[in-house]
This record gives sequence, structure tokens and C-alpha cells, in this order.
Amino acid sequence: MAELGLTPYLCLGAFLFCCGLLCIATKRNAIGILMGVELVLNAANVNFVACARYVPQFALEGQVFALLVIVLAAGEAAVALAIILNFYNNHSTVDVDKADELKG
Amino acid sequence: MILDVVLFTAIASATALSALMVVFSRNIVRCALWLLFTLIGVSLLYFLLGAEFVGATQLIVYVGGTMVLVVFGVMLTAQQQFLKIRIRPQEWMVASVLAGSLFVLLVTTSFHLGEGKTSPPTEPMPGTGPLGVGFLTKYLLPFEIISVHLLVVLIGAAYLARAKRRPGGNRG
Repeated sequence: MAELGLTPYLCLGAFLFCCGLLCIATKRNAIGILMGVELVLNAANVNFVACARYVPQFALEGQVFALLVIVLAAGEAAVALAIILNFYNNHSTVDVDKADELKG
Repeated sequence: MILDVVLFTAIASATALSALMVVFSRNIVRCALWLLFTLIGVSLLYFLLGAEFVGATQLIVYVGGTMVLVVFGVMLTAQQQFLKIRIRPQEWMVASVLAGSLFVLLVTTSFHLGEGKTSPPTEPMPGTGPLGVGFLTKYLLPFEIISVHLLVVLIGAAYLARAKRRPGGNRG
């Protein structure tokens, strides 16, 4: 393969997405789950920028929405960490299996 | 062209490897370190694609800002029993099967989507100038919404994480 197409980037995005999903599903530390969410958002961003490069009519849109996703991810990390720290202050743990107070 | 392929292979395999290490590291501090390498790899991919502004923003906001937040979160909650939390093997099994099948599905879809798009258009990606004009004209509403959203999020985060009065009396 001498020519680099859109497919390798999309495959890398799919791989990062699945790693993030696996991270969310298997980690019990709340901050580990947050890292999984960051991986998923990055996978979406890779797809946005790759499509911006290879589909000419999305050249601007892909970059604009990639930037919006980066800002959203920063805000999401701030709120998630605030919630995790609040939970840690109240319960002295970051194990999400212990966060079952609302369980029926 | 051949340089592109070599660079992509190197950066993509490093990124994928560090993403795998994020999943399989037991220690949460090491997870944070591997996530840092993944984010740097993704920003290098943006540079490779010609989106310099997005790559620089990724480096500044993600690697410089979000990762510092995550590392502080790890340090503030780092007690020995939370650094390594054990997972049962059957949970691993279910999650791996789900993620693997989803990966196969996404890759087949990628091959469909990527058909015929083998070479990028010759004109360069729009740089900071068109992006800035776009944000202030066509994409003004998303830009304003995300600005207000960021303000609300930061106030909310400060409110949630504030020091509370403990039942014992003195502020903690």
C-alpha cells in the first residue's frame, strides 16, 4: 500500500473507541473510567479530522467540530473530577462499585 | 507519499499501543501516563493530516490542561488500596467480547466509508484564518453556546468541589 487513504485513520479511530469502551467497562476506579471517556472522545476527534482531510466539502466543518469536542472534553473532565472528589470526600473511596446508594 | 505511510504507521502503532496499555495497566498512575502518550500521538496524527491548529489545541488543552486535572485527581485520591483494584475474569470476558465485536463492526464500516478516498485533495486544509472567520460567522451559535457552557461548567465544578463544613465543626 503506497497510498494512505481514509480507511487507516477510521480503523485507528475504531481501535481507540474500543479501547475506551473496554476501559469504561473494566475499570472500577472512577478516574480510570474518566480516562476511558477521554479515549472515546479522542477516537471521535480522529474521525472528524480525518474526514476533514479526505472529504473536501467537510474541510472546515471537521476541524470546527473537532475543536468543539476538545472544549467539551475539558469541561467534562472538570465536572467529572469535581464529582469524583466530592464522592471521595463523602465516602473515602473512588471504587464505583461502592457508589450504589440509589440502588433499589 | 511513502514518508506519509511510514510516519502514519509509526505514530498510529505507538498511539494504539499506549491506548492498549491504558486499558491493561493495573496501576492508575501508569494509566494516566499511558493516556498522556496516547493524547500526544493523536495530536501528532493531526499534524500529519495537516490540521495544525487542531493539533496545537489538542496539545495545549488536552495534554496541558485535561491531563493535569486527571493527574491531580489521581494524586488527591491516591491511597494504596485504590491504586490497584482487582477485576473479576468474567467481567473481562464480557467486556472483551463486546469491544471486539464492536471493533470488527466498525472496521467493516470504515472499509465501506473509505472506499475511493485513497488520496487527499491537493489543496491544504483551511488554517487558523478560515477557522476564525468560520467561528465568528457561520458557526457563531455553536461558539457562543460552548462559551456559555464552559462558564457554567467551571462554576459548577468549583461549586461541587468546594470545601464543606464537616459535622465535627471546623472547616475541612
